[in-house]
Amino acid sequence: MATTEHSTHQPAALSLYLLTFGMLMFLTLLTIFAGFQNFGMWSTPIALGIAAVKAALVVVIFMHGYSSSPLTWIIILASMFFLTIMLGLMLSDYMSRGWAM
Amino acid sequence: MATVGLESKTFEKFADVVGHDDDLNYLNHDHSVLSWLFTLDHKRIGLLYLVTITLMFLLGGALAGAIRLELLTPKGDFLTADTYNKAFTAHGIIMLFFFLIPSIPAVLGNFLVPLMIGAKDVAFPRLNLFSYYLYFAGSVIALTALLLGGVDTGWTFYTPFSSTYSNSYVIVMAVGLFVVGFSSILTGLNFIITVHRMRCPGLTWFRLPLFIWGIYATSVVQLLGTPVIAVTLGLLGVERTLGVGIFDPRLGGDPILFQHLFWFYSHPAVYIMILPSLGVTSEVIATFSRKNVFGYHIIAFSSIAIAVFGFIVWAHHMFTTGISPYAAMVFSLLTFSVAIPSGIKVFSWLATMYGGSISFGTPMIYAFGFLGLFTIGGMTGLFLSTLGTDIHLHDTYFIVAHFHYIMVGGAIMGYMAAIHYWWPKMTGRLYSEFWGKLSAGITFIGFNFTFFPQFILGYLGMPRRYYEYPDEFQVLNVFSTAGATILAVGYLMPLVYMPYSFFFGEKANSNPYGGSTLEWTNTTSPPSPHNFEKTPVVTEEPYHYHAKEAAVVSH
Repeated sequence: MATTEHSTHQPAALSLYLLTFGMLMFLTLLTIFAGFQNFGMWSTPIALGIAAVKAALVVVIFMHGYSSSPLTWIIILASMFFLTIMLGLMLSDYMSRGWAM
Repeated sequence: MATVGLESKTFEKFADVVGHDDDLNYLNHDHSVLSWLFTLDHKRIGLLYLVTITLMFLLGGALAGAIRLELLTPKGDFLTADTYNKAFTAHGIIMLFFFLIPSIPAVLGNFLVPLMIGAKDVAFPRLNLFSYYLYFAGSVIALTALLLGGVDTGWTFYTPFSSTYSNSYVIVMAVGLFVVGFSSILTGLNFIITVHRMRCPGLTWFRLPLFIWGIYATSVVQLLGTPVIAVTLGLLGVERTLGVGIFDPRLGGDPILFQHLFWFYSHPAVYIMILPSLGVTSEVIATFSRKNVFGYHIIAFSSIAIAVFGFIVWAHHMFTTGISPYAAMVFSLLTFSVAIPSGIKVFSWLATMYGGSISFGTPMIYAFGFLGLFTIGGMTGLFLSTLGTDIHLHDTYFIVAHFHYIMVGGAIMGYMAAIHYWWPKMTGRLYSEFWGKLSAGITFIGFNFTFFPQFILGYLGMPRRYYEYPDEFQVLNVFSTAGATILAVGYLMPLVYMPYSFFFGEKANSNPYGGSTLEWTNTTSPPSPHNFEKTPVVTEEPYHYHAKEAAVVSH
């Protein structure tokens, strides 16, 4: 079982890592650029969207998500699910504070 | 044949499965200090944790003693207000992060998980040792913070006091907790992978002992929740040192955000403390009732349910902070849902004992104590999850009593049951049943004397975290302090008779209590360095006492 698991982890080409690093740097610059623009209510969603793309790149490329077993993906998705719970229930407080009783 | 008090007659017939082994075992195969400090053996690492957390427990207990002494009289005549703040902060931090969270998972989880699943070690032994040293380093940093002058924020580190106003050693303590948090994460990760990957042949998920289900659920919480507290304390440090506005309203931050993030971890942390004790109770009650566990599957799933529900109820700690009343209603409703899997467990244990051949060994006495105290702690939690009553009871001694019933009455009673139950396996020696039962009884009585009056004090309106109080509260506070001295005797007794038994106790055979799981049936006491002479093959459910008893009778 362990052998099968290891056999799926073929090290990616160095060029892929360099390309990913370059994209992360580009997206960082994009975040800074977006931070100086006035998108109104879309400022936060845009910043979070860029951050989500960067996180996805890290998980899929640097953390070898692309070649991981289904069990590993269950763990990754479960973590994202719990993050959604944390943010969602927290926002349920912030978004409904102004509502009249 | 080794005997275990009155219960020996029941247990003798199962006691010779492996027999006592005078030969090589994990304790005597190498005596050098370095062999302990650099061991990769999960059993030795478990014992390293045992020694370290016991020292932390003594320190936390001494601080509790100082708090109770101060509260003996209405005036502040033993500690100053500032010292009192630092004492209850240190008590909370040490007991929660450095004793309770690593207690059963790190000590008994390390010792038992491989033994119970028929493995030679955990999945990553080096990572396991690294986790211990992270814990050790975190402890040293936290103790350094205390020696430098301590922290006065309470263990909850609420902002903006902790981020802006407190002039105590918040950053140093936060670093200590950050480090110890990673010990917890790595231990959880190790156990999850061990349970997934290293079960012996035939050990399917529904043949796992319920202790393993408890540890597995705990590990999931550790893995998913602990990073949040690490990040939160990191943000606190960033705001405190660099002035970046995150929690401080003057800088555009929101102090309630800290409480959301803090409790997103710290409420599930309660389940890190209690879930392993729930697993222990299932093991002890099955063994000492000689019965298959009633509702095995539902108990296993209820552990997972508690772990999941634990993540969606955190804002019940914040009902009085000004959060949205609509969100408060949702969190109140969700909080009630945790009572369902907890209740399922309690009823299943009662049904397990019903019609069983119950014997009253020391672990079972502790488990009985756990059942009563955990139930009271859980039921009083319902008072606090109800929005209306919580307004009255919030930040009073009712809260203090409630969480001590869960975390001391529940988690520590479970820990004591576990230590007493598996001590013969860990050391190959039997402790005195007389002193064991006496200690369990004294702990139960002392605990109730200490904390039951605090329910009344809280209901009458005595707030927590004040070093002075009105005269009319003194009688109940004297009760509480007197109870604490009894409780201290109950906790100190095992520190005498357990080490004594380690050196002078009667030798234990491989299965003195007639347990049916792999660590009892397939290993010696103490186990050999590699646990099993040959890899066990599991062919049946974990608690098949009826079949075993029938087989013995037919012989």
